[in-house]
Amino acid sequence: MTQSYIIAVIVEHRPGVLYRVSNMFRRRGFNIESITVGPTEASDLARMTITVNGDEALVEQVIKQLQKLIEVVKVSKLEPMETVVRELALIKVHTPDSKVRSDVVTYVDIFRGRVVDVSHESITAEVTGTTDKIDAFIELMRAFGVKEVARTGITALGRGLKSVRVEA
Amino acid sequence: MREMIGAQALVEALKRENVQVIFGIPGGAIMPVYDVLYDSGPRHILTRHEQCAGHMADGYARVSGKVGVCMATSGPGATNLVTAITNAYMDSSPIVAVTGQVPRPMVGKDAFQEADIVGITTPVTKYNYQLRKAVDIPRVVKEAFYLASTGRPGPVLIDLPKDVQTEVADMDFPEEVNVRGYKPTYEPHPLQVKRAAELLTQSERPMVLAGGGVRISDASQELLTLAELLLAPVATTLMGKGTIPENHPLYLGGVGMHGNPEANTLIIESDVLLAVGTRFSDRTTGRLDEFCPEAKIIHIDIDAAEIRKNAKADLPIVADAKRALKAIYDALIQKVSRRESSPWLERVKRLREHVASEAEVEKAALKPSNVIAEIRKALPEDGIVTTEVGQNQMWAYLHFKVFKPRTYITSGGLGTMGFGFPAALGAKVAKPDVPVVDIAGDGSFMMTEQDLATSVMEDIPVTVVILNNSMLGMVAQWQRLFYKRRYSQVQLGKVPDFVKLAEAYGAKGVHVNSVSAFAEAIGEAAKADVTTVIDVPISPEEDVFPIVPSGKALNEMMWE
Repeated sequence: MTQSYIIAVIVEHRPGVLYRVSNMFRRRGFNIESITVGPTEASDLARMTITVNGDEALVEQVIKQLQKLIEVVKVSKLEPMETVVRELALIKVHTPDSKVRSDVVTYVDIFRGRVVDVSHESITAEVTGTTDKIDAFIELMRAFGVKEVARTGITALGRGLKSVRVEA
Repeated sequence: MREMIGAQALVEALKRENVQVIFGIPGGAIMPVYDVLYDSGPRHILTRHEQCAGHMADGYARVSGKVGVCMATSGPGATNLVTAITNAYMDSSPIVAVTGQVPRPMVGKDAFQEADIVGITTPVTKYNYQLRKAVDIPRVVKEAFYLASTGRPGPVLIDLPKDVQTEVADMDFPEEVNVRGYKPTYEPHPLQVKRAAELLTQSERPMVLAGGGVRISDASQELLTLAELLLAPVATTLMGKGTIPENHPLYLGGVGMHGNPEANTLIIESDVLLAVGTRFSDRTTGRLDEFCPEAKIIHIDIDAAEIRKNAKADLPIVADAKRALKAIYDALIQKVSRRESSPWLERVKRLREHVASEAEVEKAALKPSNVIAEIRKALPEDGIVTTEVGQNQMWAYLHFKVFKPRTYITSGGLGTMGFGFPAALGAKVAKPDVPVVDIAGDGSFMMTEQDLATSVMEDIPVTVVILNNSMLGMVAQWQRLFYKRRYSQVQLGKVPDFVKLAEAYGAKGVHVNSVSAFAEAIGEAAKADVTTVIDVPISPEEDVFPIVPSGKALNEMMWE
């Protein structure tokens, strides 16, 4: 049975590491649904959050192949029920008149988003949440006319004291 | 701390790794290093093609167990190494490749002889580096040798921009390495060992499959001791050939597409398969869903990613093969009492007799099997054989009897035609007192024959036996069997004259027309102090049998 898996990967914070990781995925034929990278609490480590779709055997191989990369320090599969997952999206919506503009602002409020830019004919909204929530928001905006979307891809942390850290 | 230029630091670091020999070719972007080598440093063997430098380093590494070193300039020098690096990667052979690179300010500008060799070799190296500061050289060389030779070995590449080679720095040569993302698991998990011992105790038809990991881990003795205790017949993969002496009563043969019929038949019947240091390549397993259907598979490998990558593993043990085998033996010795025979061994014996009775051999004919038998007779037990790729390789797999580990060197994973000859040269450099024979085909030998010059100029005498069918024989065989004899682009013709070719290089060339003439020629060649090329004409219709066709189970062998 295939499903989406979220994998947290702690890597050396060095040039070329993203290339090694993405190259491994390409060469082994694993599909990346989403990948995000950023610094961590330790300056010499970066964290990647990778979403892959596949079955249990595939995700086992993905994790082992990641662990095999020299610059990968730690790999963890994040369990959906025990993980906070977030994605941020910027959505530019066509707003030709004040009626549409106020409708859009109402939806942005309902989704606990923020208006980050306004022009005479457009509004850019920032929405944060799970992938489903952002999908739903974008779907609603389609009725007004979505001009442009930029999404970060998901990032995730284990709930409570669960953590993917490298002890110094 | 000592002040020196990057090139000096590189050579000093190589010396500290006890490097005895470098195989390579200089060029513009690696000249500072060669300038240092002019005065000091390990022996340098000048090859005629960088691919050969890489294969020589590989052959050297497989025979000696040490890291092989090759060197090339930037651009085409570096890209010519790629086949050899990939070959070493597929067969887990420890080599360190050093390449020159254009100076740092020119990197990324598509400069003359610039190639992104780090980008190109990322998927085919265990790790690679491009140095930005000379001061990093001592640490990087130390790490490179550590990574190449530990855990599951493999090639590591160090790319050195020319201006890093000439940069002056205070060099500090570390004794220790610490790579936090790289911690190989050597010790087997005790619980897994206990479970493995239980499975083996209950087994009625145990079988051992020895892969290349057994050789890398020098675990032949442990493997044999355990097999004898269990009365388990031992089959090998292509990379595992030679890990058990082939005159041992428990030795069955190689498995796979061109495996021994006994091994291919019995592995399917086993109820517990102890697979050691093998990645279950498609050429080894045949059709995967019919591979050992009744067996519980115990899979020992130091690379966790090999567990369940291809075949199922009922009981994985991620560990060094030698330690894991010893641990299983220790766990078993209290439970199992030694026996003289078992119904399973009787089955092995009966099958072996049956296969032997079916085999027809015309001893006098100039057939590959007879030629290979004569090679065995001409070599001492520790004599080394390398092979090219294709029919020659599979005949050698089937017919050449290996008695010692690290004496049978072949390109298993990548299947690189042209590997055998340079690998033989590398092997001879590692073991100068032992005769080395490359079992070749005419097609393969022509891919790297220019390094006859290296063998003569550097005084590295080996023997090349060309099983010459004037064909790309394995492709021709497949066209014969599976493409209705439509021989598309496989006829090579009767050129060159290999005797004259050898002589043109200052080597010795011999053409033979009978088994007895061959026996004489190989006997002389094995003792000669110059490289000998023996041209042995064989029938272009000669096939390698049995063959397990692609997509078939191992016991579905074709015999004609």
